[in-house]
Amino acid sequence: MTQEILFYVFSFLTLLSGILVVANPVSRNPVTSAMFLVLTILFMAGLFVLLHAFFLAAVQILVYAGAVIVLFLFVIMLLDLKEEETRRVRKIGAGIGILAVASVFGLMARTIGTIPPTASSGASRPTLEGLTAPLGNALFKQYLLPFEILSILLLVAMVGVILLSKKDLR
Amino acid sequence: MNGVGLEHYLIVSAALFCIGLFGVVTRRSVLVIYMSLELMLNAANLALVAMSRFNGNLDGQIMVFFTITVAAAEVSVGLALIVALYRKRQSTHVEDLTTMKL
Repeated sequence: MTQEILFYVFSFLTLLSGILVVANPVSRNPVTSAMFLVLTILFMAGLFVLLHAFFLAAVQILVYAGAVIVLFLFVIMLLDLKEEETRRVRKIGAGIGILAVASVFGLMARTIGTIPPTASSGASRPTLEGLTAPLGNALFKQYLLPFEILSILLLVAMVGVILLSKKDLR
Repeated sequence: MNGVGLEHYLIVSAALFCIGLFGVVTRRSVLVIYMSLELMLNAANLALVAMSRFNGNLDGQIMVFFTITVAAAEVSVGLALIVALYRKRQSTHVEDLTTMKL
């Protein structure tokens, strides 16, 4: 019962702060969007905990709220962004956007509606626990090669960023 | 007892994805578009974790782990691109960035 309430609270707050990231009626400042993105990610970590993915919840908070958002804020403060607030939103563009996105959501909801309901059937209770030990086991045994390739990807990203942020792009 | 099933999580994930999509389509600042992209990635993560939980298979969570890492790399490269672009054009507004040549 508490899980149910927590699910609804967390998903409502996730969606609310998600909406405030993209369409904040009060402020159009990118810093506000970044702050609501932090909130979205924190509430999503709550949803991860409800799904018993404890390790991923911790990683989500550490990597997204800790690293990615700090990077965003650094860049926002590095670039002096005053212009965004003055430009107006086009009503017609927003209307068409809502229409298109609502139809995409309709498609997704219809697809989700075709899967058999899992909540009422108590036969297959989910038992999976996303603890660190089984994840680490899978990561270092079954998925060792992708894991190593990922480290190369991070290295490539680092080299690329250093190259891009040099003074003259040559 | 626990009335929350897979479909509830998938609906939340789809809604979050659509919010991100709406941001990408309508906002005009490159940085906010980028944040909306992060929202969409997070929505996909939520769907993967929910699938993994309700199918009793850990592979979905491994996938999310990889996605988070790739997203971190992607954010660093993308923000470096935005900074480089801003140096050349003094703007992060997509309507000012319509040509690819610097």
